[in-house]
Amino acid sequence: MANDVWVYIEHKDGDITPMSFELLGIGKQLADGFGSSVCAFVIGDKVDDLAKEAGAFGATKVYAVEGDVFKGFRGEAYAKAAAFLLEKYKPEIALFRATSMGTDVAAAAAAQLGFGLCTDAIGLAVDGGKVKMTRAAFGGNYSVSVVNEKAAPQIATVRPKAFAMGEKDASKSAEVVKESFALADADLATKVVEFIKSATAVNLVEADIIVSGGRGLGTDAGFAMLKELADLLGGAVGASRAAVDSEWIPYEHQVGQTGKTVKPKIYIACGISGAIQHLAGMRTSDCIVAINKDPDAPIFKAASFGIVGDYKEIVPKIIEKFKGKLNK
Amino acid sequence: MKIAVCLKQVPDTEAEIKWDIPKGTLSRDGMDSITNPFDEFALEEALLTKENYDGEIVAISMGPEGAADVLRNALALTVDEVALCTDDAFAGSDTYSTAYVLAAAIKKAGDVDVVFTGKQSTDGNSGVVAAELAAVLGFAPLTYVSKVRSIDAAGKKIVVERAIEGGTEVIEAKLPAVVSVIKGINEPRLPNLMGIRKASKIEIPKWSAGDLGVDAGKVGAAGASTKVVEIAVPPPRGAGEILKGEIEEIANTITDKLIDLKVIK
Repeated sequence: MANDVWVYIEHKDGDITPMSFELLGIGKQLADGFGSSVCAFVIGDKVDDLAKEAGAFGATKVYAVEGDVFKGFRGEAYAKAAAFLLEKYKPEIALFRATSMGTDVAAAAAAQLGFGLCTDAIGLAVDGGKVKMTRAAFGGNYSVSVVNEKAAPQIATVRPKAFAMGEKDASKSAEVVKESFALADADLATKVVEFIKSATAVNLVEADIIVSGGRGLGTDAGFAMLKELADLLGGAVGASRAAVDSEWIPYEHQVGQTGKTVKPKIYIACGISGAIQHLAGMRTSDCIVAINKDPDAPIFKAASFGIVGDYKEIVPKIIEKFKGKLNK
Repeated sequence: MKIAVCLKQVPDTEAEIKWDIPKGTLSRDGMDSITNPFDEFALEEALLTKENYDGEIVAISMGPEGAADVLRNALALTVDEVALCTDDAFAGSDTYSTAYVLAAAIKKAGDVDVVFTGKQSTDGNSGVVAAELAAVLGFAPLTYVSKVRSIDAAGKKIVVERAIEGGTEVIEAKLPAVVSVIKGINEPRLPNLMGIRKASKIEIPKWSAGDLGVDAGKVGAAGASTKVVEIAVPPPRGAGEILKGEIEEIANTITDKLIDLKVIK
């Protein structure tokens, strides 16, 4: 259907997390605005399980392209298949997660169709028969809303965790439409040789809780303390640019303008002053706790809860209290 | 080997940003500008590639005439050629139009084997131009590259490492390729005084829409498919609560408040 809202189901080698389906929630809301349906689209070497799960998370229809050439994740191959599906069915809008995988597929598919796209949307609403897509600009000091007037479909990548997930209902199922799309290895310029799993496996974008440290930690040893707190809460460790540039922690942990943009439910900033470049990466977090010695640090203006003091005294006390209260 | 590197001029990341709200574009007047920080890594990777494998580098920028500064900086670091894609018709281009213009410039430069770009710009922040550029050119898309393992120009092959969610992916690709690099792939060098002096005297070639043979209907505000419909200043986050008292009491309060959010399992 021309007005349908499509959600791309992200997975790696069939490996999915509930987050793969998170956009079906906002997709349903938009489809309700159009009086249309929310559909999923899946590309992979085996798609049946993904399609079934997408149905349980609210997709009414699942469009799928299946083939050996899609084994593993190959952005190039996935984008070609995505462009094929979008061109054929021309839904109103296609939503992708703003992760590295989602962005690669969305950008290349949009370019093949000859259109621009909206990236890292934090607001999506039906407005005048189109979807108005809102993104943060310049450290969140401005929000910019765009509409894609020429494109069919509109394409947007959406900031992970920006919208509530749809409820899972295992009794629901979707109609599955399998499309054949012939693509041979010889048609592709890239080949995955191997995937080296990170020993620390930080996935800041998916983390519900992030404990982050900055220049105020004073030393790399400070991160050991933050990691203890993060582990206790099932969270991940983040860092400001100053801490990364001081080589206290690898770049993959960096949050901010030249690092990752995150939106966890709880963000605990320790010894981070709150420069606009850092705020750009975390100011949409649900709850921000700031711990800093300097009562005038700008981070306190963004914080839900502020604690003025030395993290070296405060964090161990917080760890001790959590251990007691969480029975850990 | 012919190496291209795309460089964007952006407002200084320390600068205060002002939007021209009626126009929906940046007010660049009186704002300090720099080379996009991610592009410095792309330029350094181009220089390292030239040193390791031999070849020549063409640095390409798209922007207003003032963007010549970023190319002058690249010349000071001894790139071989530069070209500035500049035309009033380009103003207001979206990511696709930008990729389309850069693709035309890369074709005009001729027989490019590898294009380096930064992962994203710090002003637009979309991080999609490299993938779009690869799609428009039909080059191998290699994004989020954290290491270039090897390039074999004669064998038309490149092997890179990509930093993606959960780890590192090793990819082998056919050349030509577009490689977007992340921060930390190398240590960008600074130009020396002699390089700066030399570069200051070189005329920067300018390529217009006509020179590039691009379809004026596909570029700039006229060609952009995404239109800005609203720019707003989001409401500030509600003033937070400063927890006061003894550390014991503060730790007790904050842990209660966080547990109440029902996020911690």
